[in-house]
Amino acid sequence: MSKPISALNHASYDGIARIEECGLQGMITLRGDLSDKVVIKAATAATGQKMPGQREANVEGETGLCWMSPDELLVLVPYAEVEAKLAEINKALDGTHSLAVNVSDARAVFRVSGPYAREVMGKVSPVDLSKEAFQPGQIRRSRLAQVAGAFWMDGADTFRVVCFRSAADYAFKLLKVAAQPGSEVGVY
Amino acid sequence: MLILNCPYCGVDAEESELSAGGEAHIKRHGPGSSEDEFHDYLFTRENPKGVHFERWRHSNGCGKWFHAARCTNTLEVFGTYPAQTTEPPKQIRDAITAKRPGWSWREFS
Repeated sequence: MSKPISALNHASYDGIARIEECGLQGMITLRGDLSDKVVIKAATAATGQKMPGQREANVEGETGLCWMSPDELLVLVPYAEVEAKLAEINKALDGTHSLAVNVSDARAVFRVSGPYAREVMGKVSPVDLSKEAFQPGQIRRSRLAQVAGAFWMDGADTFRVVCFRSAADYAFKLLKVAAQPGSEVGVY
Repeated sequence: MLILNCPYCGVDAEESELSAGGEAHIKRHGPGSSEDEFHDYLFTRENPKGVHFERWRHSNGCGKWFHAARCTNTLEVFGTYPAQTTEPPKQIRDAITAKRPGWSWREFS
């Protein structure tokens, strides 16, 4: 068996914010009727997190539930547990119209942290990231310059950014440029 | 810049997050229809200076298709609504009437 490694294997950069690739993260895409009790139970039982409402993310460390669209949920679990959790979810969803797929190796995850993290994200995404508009507990699917991406906040000045693994190199370089020393704008 | 509210995720999405999907409420003419009807279904499109209905997709977001009613002249947006409909809902039509009395678009007014 080969040893799985993440797209950029924990590459990091220190500028006006710290950019780091988080390494392997277990991710399961769950599609189905998010108001269905069976779907809610399967998702919450697998993660121990509360069911998120529209544009909410309930994440703690490597475990969590993120609202992706009215019929899609992103289930975060530790990478080593993903197959077991997927089997658990599929068992719970048996007979319910739904789909759960392990997408861990199709994604890359970054952490952007530091007092200027909001600014770095604001430079690459067409999203209002002021403190009034975007807070921990919310998730936003948008674009990171030219590639699709999603992000949420883990704390007051820490973002977790998810993108496709094939675009990991682009996203890392993009965030690096956005975090160049001396490039503070001072909006947020 | 065009900003549309996505009715599925509630985000005020900027144009670069969306992809345009052409005209809305096109009635499909399939088997059994005349050649003229099928021709119109394929090729005839509105090109108004004023009230227009369009399909948009929140492609860099929740990925859902939705409808938007806007003015091609002023870029004013009258409203957006989900795609699971074959005609503009009443509140959208009322919103347009409030601002553009006497408007009409295809068979709607």
